[in-house]
Amino acid sequence: MFEYAPAPESRAIVDIKPSYGLFVNGEFVDPKEGGAFKSVNPATEETLAEIAEASQADVDAAVAAARTAYQKVWGPMPGSERAKYLYRIARIIAERSRELAVLESIDNGKPIKETRDVDLPLVSAHFFYHAGWADKLDHAGFGPQPRPVGVAGQVIPWNFPLLMLAWKVAPALACGNTVVLKPAETTPLTALAFAEICREADLPPGVVNIVTGAGDTGAAVVSHPGVDKVAFTGSTAVGRLIAKSVAGTGKRLTLELGGKAANIVFADAAIDQAVEGVVNGIFFNQGHVCCAGSRLLVQESVAEEVLDRLKRRMSTLRLGDPLDKNTDIGAINSAEQLTRIRELTEVGSAEGAEPWSPQCPLPDTGYWFAPTIFTGVQQAHRIAREEIFGPVLSVLTFRTPEEAIEKANNTPYGLSAGVWTEKGSRMLWAADRLKAGVVWANTFNKFDATSPFGGLKESGYGREGGRQGLEAYLDV
Amino acid sequence: MSDRLTVRKTYKLYLGGKFPRSESGRTYPVKSAEGSGLANAALASRKDVRDAVAAARKAQPGWAAATAYLRGQILYRVAEMLEGRRAQFVAEVRDARGGTVKAATAEVDAAVDRLVWYAGWPDKLSQVLGGANPVAGPYFNHTAPEPVGVVTQVAPQGEPLLGLVSVLAPVIAAGNATVVLAAQEQPLPAISFAEVLATSDLPGGVVNVLSGRVAELAPWLSSHSDVNAVDLTGVDDAELAAECERAAAENLKRVWRPVRPDWTAAPGLDRLRACVELKTVWHPAGL
Amino acid sequence: MFYDVYVHSGRLYRYARPASDGPSAPGVAPYTDGHGRDGWWSGGYEAPVSPRKIAIMTSLLASGEALARLRGLPGVDQVGLEQRAAGLATRSIKTTAKAWAIDTAIGMVDLTTLEGADTPGKVRSLCVKAMRPDPSDPGCPKVAAVCVYPAMVPTAAAELAGSGVNLASVATGFPSGQVPLEVKVADTQAAVAAGANEIDMVINRGAFLSGRWGVVFDEIVAVKQACGAAHLKVILETGELATYDNVRAASWLAMYAGADFIKTSTGKVSPAATLPVTLLMLQAVADFRAETGRQVGVKPAGGIRTTKDAMRYLVTVNEVAGPDWLTARWFRFGASSLLNDLLMQRQKLATGRYSGPDYVTVD
Repeated sequence: MFEYAPAPESRAIVDIKPSYGLFVNGEFVDPKEGGAFKSVNPATEETLAEIAEASQADVDAAVAAARTAYQKVWGPMPGSERAKYLYRIARIIAERSRELAVLESIDNGKPIKETRDVDLPLVSAHFFYHAGWADKLDHAGFGPQPRPVGVAGQVIPWNFPLLMLAWKVAPALACGNTVVLKPAETTPLTALAFAEICREADLPPGVVNIVTGAGDTGAAVVSHPGVDKVAFTGSTAVGRLIAKSVAGTGKRLTLELGGKAANIVFADAAIDQAVEGVVNGIFFNQGHVCCAGSRLLVQESVAEEVLDRLKRRMSTLRLGDPLDKNTDIGAINSAEQLTRIRELTEVGSAEGAEPWSPQCPLPDTGYWFAPTIFTGVQQAHRIAREEIFGPVLSVLTFRTPEEAIEKANNTPYGLSAGVWTEKGSRMLWAADRLKAGVVWANTFNKFDATSPFGGLKESGYGREGGRQGLEAYLDV
Repeated sequence: MSDRLTVRKTYKLYLGGKFPRSESGRTYPVKSAEGSGLANAALASRKDVRDAVAAARKAQPGWAAATAYLRGQILYRVAEMLEGRRAQFVAEVRDARGGTVKAATAEVDAAVDRLVWYAGWPDKLSQVLGGANPVAGPYFNHTAPEPVGVVTQVAPQGEPLLGLVSVLAPVIAAGNATVVLAAQEQPLPAISFAEVLATSDLPGGVVNVLSGRVAELAPWLSSHSDVNAVDLTGVDDAELAAECERAAAENLKRVWRPVRPDWTAAPGLDRLRACVELKTVWHPAGL
Repeated sequence: MFYDVYVHSGRLYRYARPASDGPSAPGVAPYTDGHGRDGWWSGGYEAPVSPRKIAIMTSLLASGEALARLRGLPGVDQVGLEQRAAGLATRSIKTTAKAWAIDTAIGMVDLTTLEGADTPGKVRSLCVKAMRPDPSDPGCPKVAAVCVYPAMVPTAAAELAGSGVNLASVATGFPSGQVPLEVKVADTQAAVAAGANEIDMVINRGAFLSGRWGVVFDEIVAVKQACGAAHLKVILETGELATYDNVRAASWLAMYAGADFIKTSTGKVSPAATLPVTLLMLQAVADFRAETGRQVGVKPAGGIRTTKDAMRYLVTVNEVAGPDWLTARWFRFGASSLLNDLLMQRQKLATGRYSGPDYVTVD
């Protein structure tokens, strides 16, 4: 037997401080009221650092710093100069990408191969792409000399901590806005490393402010009267609350929320690549992906074959130490999330769907969940409707293309969808009818700075990335 | 004095391509700017909102599936029909808002021109709002706007025809279906405009026109779960508008709330952008 | 009832005739497909149809079914396949896993010399190396086989006798295969008679690319017959097949026709073996076993030069076809310079120091 020996990426490259302050006006500062929380390595449950918890007063200070920087420095600055700062940031991120990848993996629990090969390259590319827009906004299709919006309050999730930061910060800065950003409470470390990068790049103080904390801090950011634009990525439930709190204020709002994407496999699909896409669609990042292909809709005539292959492929997935370069599935980000995944999968079994997981020993400490598929899932089952946000796939079948589309669209969500067929016209037919902001045809979970991303229906509004993504940060 | 007794028009709702009364049986008196009685308008209820949304939902897929060329032609046809009834609308607008014949004529002409402007948009929108994205990999990647679906709208108060046309035309040009609440105190030009729509090959249900009270109906237009976007242009009461926004948040509707629109200015793309969704499609490019 | 098979423009035509008809006279096309076109041999390699070929073709019910099955194979998406291969290539094989993999890889090498300039001296030297790859370490495994041209088989057979190292000969007009079937068969028979116990044949790419898959199939059947007990490796020359869809179809065609191994390349055409094409062929053998119960081996050949490459291939074997294929019985590397790199890496693991070309033998 070919047993892969452990191949851990070295942790020595990162230097995690025992505690972190807030990043306000270009300085790391202690919180005004002294609260703190711990960031934990979900693979080992060890405490990584104490993180300052920002109160309303801290958010006030951050917004004030952002306002001043917007009015005095960043807003008036020529786009060509803003571009150079962003290029600088892109380059520093690329230079420090190994360190940031390791840090992200430790703090989040995701495998190093993903932080190294997916997250970090996309982060750097996102800054590089938007840097180029900073002095070309006249040509972005929003009229001549579009103005920035002002101060952006941004709240990001824990599933792609640094990438979501990049998606928020890069376009905001390119368009001339300043930001107050709150990273997720379970994954603040790379955002704080980004704060150091802002200093390394000599970014003017106050252009980027990072306030750490949990829901209360986030609420303080989005409801702050000094914030002109709110951007949030996270659950639909929280997005709904934010939309309500912003109602009537005239603030601009973009939301990138949950999803329950269908991945439709037609009988004529390139079957091995389809199976690969299904695996990537749901097990990438432990399924902590808002656009995860969490519902497999497979044509009944090939369902058995697809399932056989899927199971065979799942048996080769390697779960374990996120820092091991051969790990495919890392740790669940938090105990809380693990509880939610367990609850929903128990509901799935209770409702009559049948779970299957490959032989997969789980480590003793840390938060883990084996990759799981449920067969015999019906549209009415909760696991076919609710976002699980974990490595759990619901398998449903269909008979005709119309039925596939109907089932795929039968959800309040509308973030992404997948379609697998070797017939070009069928692909276009399906892509046209799928109610989703992103359709991956014969591929899945692909992202690019130039490609607008965002949802329909209860998956939120606004786009991130591409020319169209600039709209959220311009006064158009 | 005419020796003939005029035949008065009963102003009703426009719903699913038909002109029914309000299911509630209610009406309200509509007065001219000078205060004289013009007619009774239907006082639509929340159930009329419900029925109108259902009609819009039913009509929307077919309208979106029509070619952009056809949608443009139909919008142009609407302009033609309006132009043909220019004199009638000048009179109705003048009755509704008072002022000079010249001013009323200007409003009607601007409404016709606005329809013509939007008639040119359906077959250009994709090219202007969408495009190919040069992703760093072997993929065809393309973004194109799609209609958001069913839109509910509160038409602006005080500009009974131009305001209505200005909010309605972009929504249907983009392939949506709409339920629009006419200007509360000046609903008659809107109902007559529905007759223009009804004779313009616009499929029934794509536009549904209600008359009634903003305060009563805007919350229902905002909270209906089968509505994808709400346009609060005509909600002048800030508190009511905020309530509508909160109601819209329940199913994450897109909300459009412009500040002080100037209907005589050339419209930009804002309203078109507000009623489309961008869909990005990826496909590998390989052998 | 007998069946004839005719493939034209990617479509399969099969038509039956009574057995009593017997073979037709050479050179005469007895059947058409009903559209006035000639029968299955039209446009072949233009040789008159031999009685033997008639005999093969007239018993080809299996061929017809096999070819029909090829039409139903799922497509291959190039981008997805190559991404999967790139993902497997990021596996990090360290320490004990690496030591195991290096020894396994050495034991899978078909140590190859296929030059016009090959001489008995060169071949003898290669055979000695094959039997004792690292003279300084008797614990180093032998390679799987030596692979030479037919003319060199007698020399190699004498050297390798009793060593446990197999003797492979290329045959069938290697590398182009542009010779009549009679010559291919004779080439094969001569190599086997001289002592080769493995035959590496090339498929008729001209026939394959022009859609005459039946011809390709029949030739493999004929060569397999000529091999007798020798194992048959069928070289698809994937670099000339151009698309992954073709590679998948050719893999299945070769397996249905009786291949013991499917092999990527002659090494004379670029690109030779690649990780994605090998992945695809590994998928094919796994699927073929699942469908027929028969296991077929895979041999990437050409362009695999480093230990790192070899590790990637072994990872791919392990995760795509499965551990059942991780022996020299089912997986081979067609290579020459790879062996020395494996040996140097092996020495590094043993000593902790990097080795150099002076510490392995040049052959």
